[in-house]
Amino acid sequence: MSDVSGTEAPEADVEAEPTEDVTPDPHALDDRHTELVERFGTELGDAVLDQASVFGMPVVRVRRIEWRRAAEVAKGALDCDYLCFVSGIDWMPAPKEGGDEAGSDTSAPVQPQEVTYGAAGSDGRFQVFARVQSTSRLWGLTLKADVDDESLLVQSWVPVYPGADWHERETWEMYGFVFDGHPALRHLYLPSEFEGHPLRKDYPLLSRVVKPWPGLVDVEPMPGEGDDAAETTAEASS
Amino acid sequence: MSTTNPPLPEFDIDPRAFRHLADAQVGVELDTGDMILNLGPQHPATHGTLRLVVRLDGERVVSADPVIGYMHRGYEKLVEFRTYPQITTLINRIDWLSSFANEVPFIDAAEQLMGIEAPPRAQYIRTVLTELSRISTFVLFLGEMGLQVGALTPAFYGFRDREHVLNLIEAATGGRFHPNFNRIGGLKVDLPWGWVNDTRTAMKTIFDACDTFEDLLVGNEIFEARTRSIGIIPPELGAAYGVSGSNLRASGVDWDLRRDGKPYLAYPDLDFKVWTHPDGDSFARYWVRLQETREAARMVLQLLDGMPAGPIMAKVPRIIKVPEGEAWVETENPLGQMGYYVISKGATGPFRVKIRSASFSNVSILPWLLRGVFVPDVITILASLYFILGDIDR
Amino acid sequence: MIALDIGWGTTLAIKTVMILAIVPLTALVLGYVFLLKMMSHMQSRLGPMDPGGFHGWFQLVGDGIKFIQKEDITPGQADKRVFALAPAIVVISTFLVFLVIPAGPDIIVKDLNVGVFYALAVSSLSVIGVLMAGWASANKFSLLGALRAAAQLIAYELPLLLAVVGVVIQAGTMSLQGIVAFQSTGSIFGFDGIGFPLILTQFIGFALFLVASQAELTQTPFDMPVAESELVAGYMVEYTGFRFLFFFIGEFGTAFAFAAIAATLYLGGWALPASWGISMGVMRFLGPLVLFAKVMGVAFLMFWVRFTYPRLREDQLQALAWKFLIPIGLVNILLTGVFKVAI
Repeated sequence: MSDVSGTEAPEADVEAEPTEDVTPDPHALDDRHTELVERFGTELGDAVLDQASVFGMPVVRVRRIEWRRAAEVAKGALDCDYLCFVSGIDWMPAPKEGGDEAGSDTSAPVQPQEVTYGAAGSDGRFQVFARVQSTSRLWGLTLKADVDDESLLVQSWVPVYPGADWHERETWEMYGFVFDGHPALRHLYLPSEFEGHPLRKDYPLLSRVVKPWPGLVDVEPMPGEGDDAAETTAEASS
Repeated sequence: MSTTNPPLPEFDIDPRAFRHLADAQVGVELDTGDMILNLGPQHPATHGTLRLVVRLDGERVVSADPVIGYMHRGYEKLVEFRTYPQITTLINRIDWLSSFANEVPFIDAAEQLMGIEAPPRAQYIRTVLTELSRISTFVLFLGEMGLQVGALTPAFYGFRDREHVLNLIEAATGGRFHPNFNRIGGLKVDLPWGWVNDTRTAMKTIFDACDTFEDLLVGNEIFEARTRSIGIIPPELGAAYGVSGSNLRASGVDWDLRRDGKPYLAYPDLDFKVWTHPDGDSFARYWVRLQETREAARMVLQLLDGMPAGPIMAKVPRIIKVPEGEAWVETENPLGQMGYYVISKGATGPFRVKIRSASFSNVSILPWLLRGVFVPDVITILASLYFILGDIDR
Repeated sequence: MIALDIGWGTTLAIKTVMILAIVPLTALVLGYVFLLKMMSHMQSRLGPMDPGGFHGWFQLVGDGIKFIQKEDITPGQADKRVFALAPAIVVISTFLVFLVIPAGPDIIVKDLNVGVFYALAVSSLSVIGVLMAGWASANKFSLLGALRAAAQLIAYELPLLLAVVGVVIQAGTMSLQGIVAFQSTGSIFGFDGIGFPLILTQFIGFALFLVASQAELTQTPFDMPVAESELVAGYMVEYTGFRFLFFFIGEFGTAFAFAAIAATLYLGGWALPASWGISMGVMRFLGPLVLFAKVMGVAFLMFWVRFTYPRLREDQLQALAWKFLIPIGLVNILLTGVFKVAI
């Protein structure tokens, strides 16, 4: 049972190798989702700015003023009755912790400092993205829309999907997007007097600001094995 | 800050004042007519630190407002500062009752982005452990829903029978509650000697436990009187709120990501039935989870019979750097649909991870669901929706 | 037996001391045997095993000592006098019920000739104590619990009474000693081997009495006032220390009292059938033991149901009482009357 007896024989023996090297595209959409994207494009026309496919899941970027209409189309014409989530993305790269002098801070993975956008591109720093699915047609669609940096105004999905209520409250408190048409935009996770929008990239991870990463710390010495040993180790590594 | 906010539909007070009302200390003086009662955050029925501010008219709920965030740990911010292997430790703790199942979609997303496929044996073992964690969560649910409704004894049976499954998970992974067993590319170590036989024996106990719960609670008239027609979720509204998992299947929606979503783990090889119930009330949710527990035990037995031999870890580089891209993986977790949207920019850690947790959406339907019910029914509904605070608050 | 010539004052003193000692003792015994041990075994665990050495028999005594030495906390906004008085009223009503329960031929505090009527009347005094506790606690959960309790206890007085009326019709007397004598000396169609325990003809009444007393004691399936997973301890939630001890003694003492009344009314009480020819002198020693055994049997039923069933919601509870149990009680009385006259 726990014996690893080696791998199976390679399956090249079963089928003849096809003439051209066919590596299936991992991002290819299956027929169902291809139909979904086509119908969505037909319904919305030029509101669709860009589309992409992420490992078989379509991602469509729509104009920001058509955000609610996109939801209505998805719910009505495309039978997407299930709301998965609504959230936001901040494409600005996070400023290095502690500025440029913090050279040896190995705590956080180093992200590239150039601004790149993901699937279906983006207009600027902020995007709102959401996913809806259909329980009957078994297809799903991810929608993205750009959010203007200054006004941060997004149309609310609450009239279309009542469940967007909590998702939009969370997105507001985490990013600052103001959802127009939301019944009561108030804090969900954070205390009501909280200032700031934590998931933005320029909001620091406060625990690292309060106590800087101590660097590589050696194993805790055995009790009584000498505080001198601990002190020298700490000096050497800091 | 806000632009055109229409007047609130249910509350006839200023929304800014309501923000403070939800945080204010509840005083002793009774309103004439309506009484505001604070259920939680420390309360035996709210499964953790959920606070429900209900406005009561006698024993009827006029309005209910859940206040969450007492356990908010900021996972979506934290994971931007962690490498992928470090994140596995963190996300174990989202839904702590079925923690193995939380790791799977994230690891799957990372593996998709890297173009690595875990070997079949690893996929099978992952599936077995996911189904075991489903059994462990549901057996606890079957017991403690009885407790919330007033029967003291089934809760103990639930804990006792769950021990068998927890022992198995501990034997395989080293941790009862937080296994932290998945690695990108496969699993940490292979199964111990004798584990398969022990699991087969334990599944027999699970079948017996399900029969006990069926006799004790499902057939009991008082249990039926307390749960039938209580908290009915209409299927379209449930889907629009994002209610998923057994809750939605109990409203008659035949949708299970193990069968209907993008194929993941070893589920395409399995032959299993998806249970639904037409009623959508609390009894239906109990019944569906009872049947799913049995189904999960059958799936475990199928998986053990068909377990392939082979390596349990694919070839991965020592430092895991995930290439640039986006990936979305959703799975059928015990609590519902869980998904991770991973945006990577080629570093050793992700750029943005959106964690879609099931209980967040399940609980968001509470303000609609609790209008007009009695206070004891509030407890029944909370018990039947079965949420975990870590899953709501992330 | 020598007849001791002691004045009424000494008798009164002895009886008072006996009652004051016995009631907490009964609460203790019931609590230990059923709440701690039987419930644990039914839930596949052991219950207390260490205190006192043998299966933890000292647990409740230790609990009692612990409660007494606790700090007396009164909520700041509570109505202090009412808050202090409420547990006392509940416990006093328990003590008063024990006054008419016979444990032997002469072992009764006072054999009132309206014994059963008095017992039921006095046991319903505890409703006032419960209401006082819930209101004075200045806590909305307590208030909810107390209001539920008041409605429930009043509703279930009636089935209790109607069940007992059937017994009174058959026995012809309300005095508890008289009912015991009736059962012990009675005969069934001429066969007097087991006397005439009234459960044989009053089985509907017995079931009714058990259900109603379960509700009077606010035990599951009727424990909405003390719904542990909702209101935690309902009307008792603000009580700590020895005040909580009073409530505890009140709850389990009343459970013993109701079980004893059920045993007396339906199972023959302290008496064994007269045809067995045991002298009254022996019965003075045997009576309490016989009664104790019968009480344990009835209490077993009560607590078994308590640990198994979920609880009914308040409106379902009321519907059960008014629309189901009271009509059954009335039918029971009708049938009893008819058979009493006809046969």
